[in-house]
Amino acid sequence: MKYLHLVVSNLFRKKTRTALTAGSFAVALFLFGILAAVDGAFKQGVDVAGVDRLVVLNRVSIIQPLPLAYRDRIGRIPGVTGVTFANWFGGVYQDERNFFPQFAIDREKYREMYPEFIVPDDQWQAFLTDKEGAIVGEALMERFNWKIGDRIPVKGTIFPGAWEFNIRGVYKGRRVQDDTTQFWFRWDYLDERKTFTKGLVGWYVIRIANPDDAPRLVKVIDEQFANSPTETKTDTEKAFAASFVKQMGNIQLLIMSVGSVVFFTLLLVTGNTMAIAVRERTRELAVLKAVGFGDGFVLALVIIETMTVALVGGGVGVGLAKLFTLRGDPTGGLLPFFYVSPQSIVTGLGLALAVGFAAGILPAFSASRLRVVDALRRI
Amino acid sequence: MVRIDGRGDGKSLIRARGLGKIYRRGGEEIHVLQGLNLDVDAGDFVAFMGPSGSGKTTLLNLLGGLDVPSAGSVTVAGDELTHMSASKLTAWRARHVGFVFQMYNLIPVLTAFQNVELPLLLTSLSKADRRRHVETALGVVGLGDRMRHYPRQLSGGQEQRVGIARAIVADPTFLLCDEPTGDLDRKSADEVLDLLDRLVREYGKTALMVTHDPLAAERARTVLHLEKGVLVEAAAAGRGQ
Repeated sequence: MKYLHLVVSNLFRKKTRTALTAGSFAVALFLFGILAAVDGAFKQGVDVAGVDRLVVLNRVSIIQPLPLAYRDRIGRIPGVTGVTFANWFGGVYQDERNFFPQFAIDREKYREMYPEFIVPDDQWQAFLTDKEGAIVGEALMERFNWKIGDRIPVKGTIFPGAWEFNIRGVYKGRRVQDDTTQFWFRWDYLDERKTFTKGLVGWYVIRIANPDDAPRLVKVIDEQFANSPTETKTDTEKAFAASFVKQMGNIQLLIMSVGSVVFFTLLLVTGNTMAIAVRERTRELAVLKAVGFGDGFVLALVIIETMTVALVGGGVGVGLAKLFTLRGDPTGGLLPFFYVSPQSIVTGLGLALAVGFAAGILPAFSASRLRVVDALRRI
Repeated sequence: MVRIDGRGDGKSLIRARGLGKIYRRGGEEIHVLQGLNLDVDAGDFVAFMGPSGSGKTTLLNLLGGLDVPSAGSVTVAGDELTHMSASKLTAWRARHVGFVFQMYNLIPVLTAFQNVELPLLLTSLSKADRRRHVETALGVVGLGDRMRHYPRQLSGGQEQRVGIARAIVADPTFLLCDEPTGDLDRKSADEVLDLLDRLVREYGKTALMVTHDPLAAERARTVLHLEKGVLVEAAAAGRGQ
């Protein structure tokens, strides 16, 4: 601590330069925070997927339906302890920018299949007694300032027409990362009104007794429907969520590429700045060594200065990213889990420190190797 | 007592024997010091004079452990410097040498107090003890009321006095002053020389000073001339004799 004033004084020697260098870190870490939030939002479904659930889709494509009759056949397979189904609706509320996922759900089993979503019993009963009823996630309720009892008009796109639903309940997530931006309504209402694909569902969700048994059950289920007009493709919920993300493109590669370019540029800029700073202080560093400060001290002094700038700038950047994401999803529904996680903050600050260290090590090393007599001779 | 004939009695504070320094520039060897002998007792005030390039600063650097000789040896207070590692030399300098530079070499972002405190940061002294030492040193140089001033807020003479306070604050074995008045006007130079004189007479310090200024050299007890890398003449001078 007795050396702290040396570090602080040197940082304030050229305030503009320090501010600009810290600003570079702030911009880079802000970008990192946002990219991490986007990446996290895409991967959220994978992270929260149930380990004991499988998803059965039409082998041809996710948008091709499956017969309702498969429900009972799947349910009879040993090792399967529950079956439910759902259908993507894809309607528009007021404006296309107001995107949120709407699912026509199996009113009998859907709730028990997803224990991470909590719906009060009385609200669920109200939902069951109203064919036009809907259960809405609390984040979605908040987004549109809806309240229970509201009648929500939705314009059908896949299933054309004007649809209206009564909000009968609100579900909450058991964990903070659970998705509460969904809109559920009854599949029997959809099936009654739709003019095509009657008696067909979008996909099945299966609970299995033993997660370790998943590979065998995947095979058994798909074999059950092999060579039928509607073959299936079964996967774990996690793999299903991951493939869904993959359809968006290799988000992680994109983020890694952008991040790497930014951090590499930052490394060069900061390294150059520190090299200039050290060159300007050659005489002072020589004096420090003359009066008895060792090579290691000079090395540490320069590195700590660089890492302090990196940490402060990086902290500001990550902090701004956190503040930015507190406003919620900027895309209007595409990224329901748009937030900077504590893990991302730690990673970001770690990266900033690593770049600070890497940028400082060469100038610090040359400062530590400085020969006092040579340095004092130079002006 | 100062001797340059290599016949010191072994009780000298500073002893150099057969000291040589060769610089190599391109393929050429430049013999800056050649077989130089020197004995300086504790409490002496020695001035080195000589034309530019005669090796004055090189000699000071060797005696202060800032550079290593090409030949010969330097012993200070019983410590043989010639074979010390760089890290040991650094630690040795912190304990034994107080440097006073021509350009003052204060750190501009530190106050006078913080500049003077620098050598004490290497010690195990408490913050309170460091403060007391710094206040004493700045008091000795007459700048007790300028502790919070930055170098840019001080005159050249005051800056050099802060430099001297930094040199004496850790109570080193001896002071090495490289052209301490070279950048000062006459009045400021006299003040600095008065101060060095006082440090030797009142506080018993040993001081070795390189100077081009005959008036500065007159203040020393002994004036030695360096020519072409050899101490050729010793003259007793100044008031101390």
